Amino acid sequence: MRRLFDDELAELDADFTEMGMLVSEVIQQAADSFTNRDAVAAQRIIDQDHQINEREIALEKKTFEMIALYQPVTTDLREIVTILKAVSELERAGDHARNIAHATIKFGSKQKIPVLEQLLGQMGQLTTQMVKDVLTAYVNKDEEEARELAAVDRKLDQMNHQVRADSYEQMRLDPAFETGASIYLNVAQDLSRIGDYVTNVCEWIVYLKSGQIIELNSASQDGEG
Amino acid sequence: MSEEILTTQDLHLYYGEKEALKGINLNFDAKGITALIGPSGCGKSTYLRTLNRMNDLIPNVTITGTIKFKGENLYAPNADTVEIRKEIGMVFQQPNPFPFSIYDNVIYGLRIAGEKDKEKLDAVVEKSLRQAAVWDEVKDHLHESALALSGGQQQRVCIARVLAVSPEIILLDEPTSALDPVSSSQIEATLLNLRHDYTIIIVTHNLQQASRIADRTAFFMNGELVEVDQTKNIFMNPAKKQTEDYISGRFG
Repeated sequence: MRRLFDDELAELDADFTEMGMLVSEVIQQAADSFTNRDAVAAQRIIDQDHQINEREIALEKKTFEMIALYQPVTTDLREIVTILKAVSELERAGDHARNIAHATIKFGSKQKIPVLEQLLGQMGQLTTQMVKDVLTAYVNKDEEEARELAAVDRKLDQMNHQVRADSYEQMRLDPAFETGASIYLNVAQDLSRIGDYVTNVCEWIVYLKSGQIIELNSASQDGEG
Repeated sequence: MSEEILTTQDLHLYYGEKEALKGINLNFDAKGITALIGPSGCGKSTYLRTLNRMNDLIPNVTITGTIKFKGENLYAPNADTVEIRKEIGMVFQQPNPFPFSIYDNVIYGLRIAGEKDKEKLDAVVEKSLRQAAVWDEVKDHLHESALALSGGQQQRVCIARVLAVSPEIILLDEPTSALDPVSSSQIEATLLNLRHDYTIIIVTHNLQQASRIADRTAFFMNGELVEVDQTKNIFMNPAKKQTEDYISGRFG
């Protein structure tokens, strides 16, 4: 029996996926803007950040309405809870993309450090691919893929540590690099945080399929905050 | 493991040729609320009525299998149905107070049993009406007709009438389906208080009611027990797809 609820859920699902694509694009643009030091693209990201926030609020409102009106249980409830939780994760990931855009503008024409440029370029690619993959995993309700993506988060955390070590080393070698190196640090931290939020979305996908609330990569979230 | 007060094994019930219960195995621990849910005609009310032999009154009914209350076979040839219904009381869908005073309604069972001690009867009336959470509303009108009460009050007086004979098990067959939401929630609150002292088995079509008050929920379909589990599991993550489809409103 097709229920009115199914239609509304399909719509909610489509809206969530659309928000995910928007966040995915913004993260890609943020990573590119930093790589290319494209201040114009960075400013556009900052100006458009409110779009993500508005979508988050609209989706939250819709989930509250559906809970109140349909009182969903079992799988229905899990689908709604997954979206409710995952939109917050996506919105926060979007905030870090905005931070990267700010960093791009702040970096301006300071001297680049090749070893860090390379590392951050890789982190940016890994992160944007991870965001795309998590959306695919969500759309396909693919629990296995969700669990596997957690490995990318671990890789990002390792690279973040590497950036940290290299940045401190550069500061030590030449204190004039201090401002630039601290921006590298922040951007790596932002990318790593996006990885953490994507991992949280993965955890909600596992919940959606299994009803189990699990912690993927609990150790990786320690210390880095 | 707490003690099992009521057990049913391979219970079949036939209305003439029609098999309405197809081998039910379901046990109840002492105390707590179990909700029986399922689509109309699934056998849940039929099952409930076997638990205090209410189906005895229906012609052409055949029952096989075993129901034991505290280890004693309920359907043994020498079983006393009056005694059984005292131990295992029932509250029905429509409040059915007798057409006399609230007081006389509550003591009906005791009076039949020959109790005449006024002081004792007074005490039972107060205790039962308090347990049924209706005392404060009726204490000044005990000798007025129970029929003058609202539906929700009548139903709580009917619960008090069951409680007055000190049962161990209370069966309720859709006790709130004829009541408004406020009265229904008063009945639910009453049952939640009683579950610490009584074994309560309730048939309900209101799934939210089951999820709100029942410790355990049993899902029936087509005369079979599909699944029984902690209510939380049934509503969050049932083991059987049929259960999930039913409680998500995909059929029924």
